Amino acid sequence: MTSLFSNKQRLTFTILGALLVFFVVWPILRTVTSSSPAILWETLLEAEVRGSILLTFSSSAIATGAALFFGVPLAYVLARSTFPGKRLVEGLIDLPIVIPHSAAGIALLMVFGRRTLLGKAFGLVGLKFVSAAPGIVVAMLFVSLPFLVDSAREGFEAVDPRLERVARTLGASSWGSFWRVSFPLAWRNILSGIIMMWARGLSEFGAVVILAYHPMVAPVLLYERFETYGLKYARPVATLIILICLGTFILLRMVNERGKE
Amino acid sequence: MKEAAHLQIQNLAVDLAEFHLREINLNVHTGEYFVILGPTGAGKTVLLETIAGLFQPRLGSILLRGEDITEFPPERRGISFVYQDYVLFPHLNVAENIAFGLKIRDLRGFQRLNLGGLFKKKNAVIEQQVNEISELLRVDHLLHRDPKTLSGGEQQRAALARALVVKPQVMLLDEPLSALDPETREDLQRELARIHKELGTTILHVTHDFEEAVALGDRIAVMNEGRIVQVGSPQDIFRRPASEFVARFVGSRNIFSGRVEDAAQGSHKEFALDGLRFAVVTALTGPAHASLRPEDIILSQESLRSSARNCFPGVVAEVADRGAFIYVTVRVASSPHPSPLPEGEGTASSPHFICTITHRSREEMNLREGSEVYVAFKASAVHVF
Repeated sequence: MTSLFSNKQRLTFTILGALLVFFVVWPILRTVTSSSPAILWETLLEAEVRGSILLTFSSSAIATGAALFFGVPLAYVLARSTFPGKRLVEGLIDLPIVIPHSAAGIALLMVFGRRTLLGKAFGLVGLKFVSAAPGIVVAMLFVSLPFLVDSAREGFEAVDPRLERVARTLGASSWGSFWRVSFPLAWRNILSGIIMMWARGLSEFGAVVILAYHPMVAPVLLYERFETYGLKYARPVATLIILICLGTFILLRMVNERGKE
Repeated sequence: MKEAAHLQIQNLAVDLAEFHLREINLNVHTGEYFVILGPTGAGKTVLLETIAGLFQPRLGSILLRGEDITEFPPERRGISFVYQDYVLFPHLNVAENIAFGLKIRDLRGFQRLNLGGLFKKKNAVIEQQVNEISELLRVDHLLHRDPKTLSGGEQQRAALARALVVKPQVMLLDEPLSALDPETREDLQRELARIHKELGTTILHVTHDFEEAVALGDRIAVMNEGRIVQVGSPQDIFRRPASEFVARFVGSRNIFSGRVEDAAQGSHKEFALDGLRFAVVTALTGPAHASLRPEDIILSQESLRSSARNCFPGVVAEVADRGAFIYVTVRVASSPHPSPLPEGEGTASSPHFICTITHRSREEMNLREGSEVYVAFKASAVHVF
């Protein structure tokens, strides 16, 4: 690869690429280094901050769990069978990526709002979505499920169907061949889908803020501090969120990398 | 038919994308090594996959030991499948691959609950069975390896072990030797014959290689464009091809059954068959087959004997004009040079050699039926298998 580059071309491309990397790293580095560890620690001790971080993490985890339960079977069907309208289903699953997330929030409100059919039905069993944790989960699920479904589908597509056929002839039922062959082989893709989806859920603001301003997830809390008290007070919260997300992201990537070996 | 066949395929028709199988009728006997021979695209793989239950036929039925299994799912048929490119489970090591079928069977019903001692005992039984079959296929030293690190031949041995350990009613082999290099292929071909002899498993083997079919098959079915065009012993197929297609596919080639023996003089090997011995280059000894392409034979009016060449006098039995070439069949008189063979043998069963010559050399030699000629070919031109 390198030998195909001329020196001039390599230099040009390196400079262009480095500028982009710098563009990502510089603001993050500025934020992270702007607050002293003492202030960060103080911020972390605030009940409101800790509560919102925990709420963010757990809501995104629940959303990811729901997508895993419903999305992996869908991914498998999309990878293995052909049916009329398959392309349409694939497109629909990717739709949340292309619509503005605030619009997604509005759309969800139309379905899960207090006065809607579904809202009323869930209300009977004491489950409400507007200004409640379930609303946060629903919003996160909606905007981040394409990451998991697409990744799992690619994972299943990469599994040679003949592996499943061999498993069947050796005595495995179709469930058996799924759990013993297809799922373990697609697991690495599913895992990276889980990581991507969870991370995407954590960072969701637009859809969440429309369904549930309260209880506040971390991005909403940050926004509120900025709006109410200004940059100085918002900064430590931003730093904290970035550090935590960075930490978990690195950790999960490491887990994922190790699975590769 | 003396007895009901082990595996009966009756009037089978399958439609799958570009493949269409029509009126497939086959009877495979218990313990038989049955070969389906046909060119690429004849539908051989689809036929095997249908027998395994991986595809549903449109028409017809499949009977195993008299029981109609057409509607059975693959896992209930007891029919193992081995693909050309091994298809080992990449997430399991060799031992786990081989044990797969035994473990998955165990996971049925009650045994899914881990009942302490019972489960341990089961594991010990599985381990023993895995070890036995691994020794038989000579993969016992590879059990802890990752399939990706194995050579093609080793992978195919592991795949065969995985298919055999479940003691299948029938083992289906889909071009099992075609992905291997020539040396490994011959090796594994002999292994297949040995395993079949030792275990007595009924085997249905699909190939496009005629020599492979002759070497392994008790009987051969020739398949073309989704139909079975001829069924018979290897001898039947190449001596009496039932159609133009079979004749052409099998090729007008010379195939002999005999024995490889050490030469009386010199260090080379000789291939012996009814009243004839000729020099060959091979590592094999004992019963074997030999093939010789028609274009590797030289016809001449004088003896061309040399150390590297076999040369026999014969009589032209047939001259067939087939367009660009003329196919000449020469009946070779038995035992042209001194070798101890019983008197009288050779006249009735004297070997025929099919050779190709150009129109021009036919004119030059003035060949016609009954002409006396010499056939000559190099020892290295003979393929022994």
